[in-house]
Amino acid sequence: MPPPVRRIAPTGRPTVVMPPSNGNRHDSPTVIDPDSADALTTPIPALLSPSTETDGHRRLGRPPSTETLERMRIESVWLAYGERWVVRDVSLPVRRGEVLALIGASGSGKTTLLRSLNRLTEVTAGAARAGRITLDGREIGEIEVNSLRRRVSMVFQQPNPFPMSVRENVAYALREEHAPRRARKRRSRADLEPAVIDALRRAGLYEEVAGDLDHPALRLSGGQQQRLCIARALAVEPEVLLLDEPCSALDPISTATIEQLIVGLRESVAIVIVTHNLQQAMRVADHVAFMHLGELVEYGPSTQLFDRPREQRTRDYVSGAFG
Amino acid sequence: MSRAPLTASASPPLAPPAGAILAGRRRDRVGSWPLLDRLAFGLCWAVGVGLCVVTLAMVGFMLVKGVSYLSLSLLVTHPNAAPDQARSGGILDPIEGTLLLTAIGIAIAAPLGVAVAVWLSEHKRPAWLARAVESSIEMIAGAPSVLLAFFGLILFARPALAFLSQTSAGGSVFGKSFLTAGAIMSLIALPLVVASTREALTQIPSHAREASYALGKTKVTTIRRVLLPSVRSNIASGMTLGMGRIIGDTAIVVILLGATLRLEGAGATPLLSTLRGTGVTLTSYVLSNSPAGEGNAHEKAYAAAFVLLVLVLVLNVLALRFGSAGTNGGGRWWRRLAWTR
Repeated sequence: MPPPVRRIAPTGRPTVVMPPSNGNRHDSPTVIDPDSADALTTPIPALLSPSTETDGHRRLGRPPSTETLERMRIESVWLAYGERWVVRDVSLPVRRGEVLALIGASGSGKTTLLRSLNRLTEVTAGAARAGRITLDGREIGEIEVNSLRRRVSMVFQQPNPFPMSVRENVAYALREEHAPRRARKRRSRADLEPAVIDALRRAGLYEEVAGDLDHPALRLSGGQQQRLCIARALAVEPEVLLLDEPCSALDPISTATIEQLIVGLRESVAIVIVTHNLQQAMRVADHVAFMHLGELVEYGPSTQLFDRPREQRTRDYVSGAFG
Repeated sequence: MSRAPLTASASPPLAPPAGAILAGRRRDRVGSWPLLDRLAFGLCWAVGVGLCVVTLAMVGFMLVKGVSYLSLSLLVTHPNAAPDQARSGGILDPIEGTLLLTAIGIAIAAPLGVAVAVWLSEHKRPAWLARAVESSIEMIAGAPSVLLAFFGLILFARPALAFLSQTSAGGSVFGKSFLTAGAIMSLIALPLVVASTREALTQIPSHAREASYALGKTKVTTIRRVLLPSVRSNIASGMTLGMGRIIGDTAIVVILLGATLRLEGAGATPLLSTLRGTGVTLTSYVLSNSPAGEGNAHEKAYAAAFVLLVLVLVLNVLALRFGSAGTNGGGRWWRRLAWTR
């Protein structure tokens, strides 16, 4: 018997975490010297819609609603590939209504942790896990893997649309292959059309491809391909969306578009994003977890973690001393 | 030289100042190379040109001879056994035999080859079995077809497999038929289908598979809906190469198809009788009618050889096309993924 669905009260702060944030987190953006290297990574504001905050080091969008709801919980999780434990004793909450960013140097285990959330680590031979990961209170190992992956969907580092049309890429996600043949047949192309368009619209791609949904997906630009991948991931109506460095292969303008998209999706989907880009974490994340060599060093509201890190290692990392 | 002021508005001149050009567009001339290098270069060049000459001579010879003896009536007339060329008929039966045998061979080889390739690329467990399968395919690919044919003859002459061919009045199983020859022919096409399919599958990046898994798709769905459609052109290319091999093979036809003059049916059922009967293909026809054979109709042999050459060339061109083109980026769609550009 699976345990009953347990929902954490929206106002309740998670138990595994740091003291609550102070109120003025959005009034104190980190000051970055415009001549420094950081200024180079900043998207060009003139090319974006002027109403949004895309200063590069200021967070995007409104502060998150207080209506956060814990969906997933990572409890003392250890992850190994073969004999090597690449994630060691990590505990984190994943809540709807906010964006959780995992930051850290290469090899810190953040991608492995992310992949374990929809059991994608299991496709790698020799992967092992200790500790509990729950979705709505239920251990994910007990959930049928394909239905888990529809609930906890994922977008990858490299844009990887399938070699089909834009429409087919999204429709592929929507079709349920395990459904009885008769039920499957009913979902013809016309039936799927509204859902396809809805997913493309949520991913902010519809306006650009509306004229030709049969356009080959591989002829889209990199940023469009990545938004198509997000649309595909959203089409299955996931409850949690995992993003593994979704912008690392993209240019600054596409990155800004996708970041705004992420912030916009926060209210409906719990989002976990792995990123190497500290500015990106500042811009989109509400909570940040800093990992180093498989350990969770510090977890907290993004402003606090970036402005007043409690750990020396976090301080060194966010100031660029290593990474 | 005076330095121009660095202003954003001033556009640079169309060419750098003449004195600033370090070296002209001087080509590396072979004449300036050391003697040994020049000799080696000359040798490479000569070999390349020599190959072209040989190919052109062969194709040209076959073209001239073939066209001069070829006529439309030849293509639609049954061959006859006659000591005189003028009465030996046409090459309809060899053409039919070639097409039929190729169809049977590839119909068996294509699904099996794709299945093996998928298993080798996507599952490959247990590892020892995968290694054994790999080696077996390599051995089949390397085995002379006459050995395969010889083995096939012994295998298909067993009473249990009598339904594939004819049984003589004395009760001994003949073992020679389109079905048995086609089965062995599929073996020589199989490695080509496996190789090209597997090569394409292994080149698909693993995150493309994971993207499908991450949407809650099973492995089978991923293979069927994502992987196989994207290697379609590679499968076609492998099949085409395999068909070329089947069309060009002689030993299997002589040993397992009988290499008769006409398609000799066995039994009364129309199609089945042909399938269980013996026959002839273009290769065996050329063999027996060339000056080396006993048919002694070398004009017909030229014509048949020409048809054979055209068929094989067409298939090779098709294979090249399948390998490089296609609506979804051909066999290498992953090269179109944005991050590889």
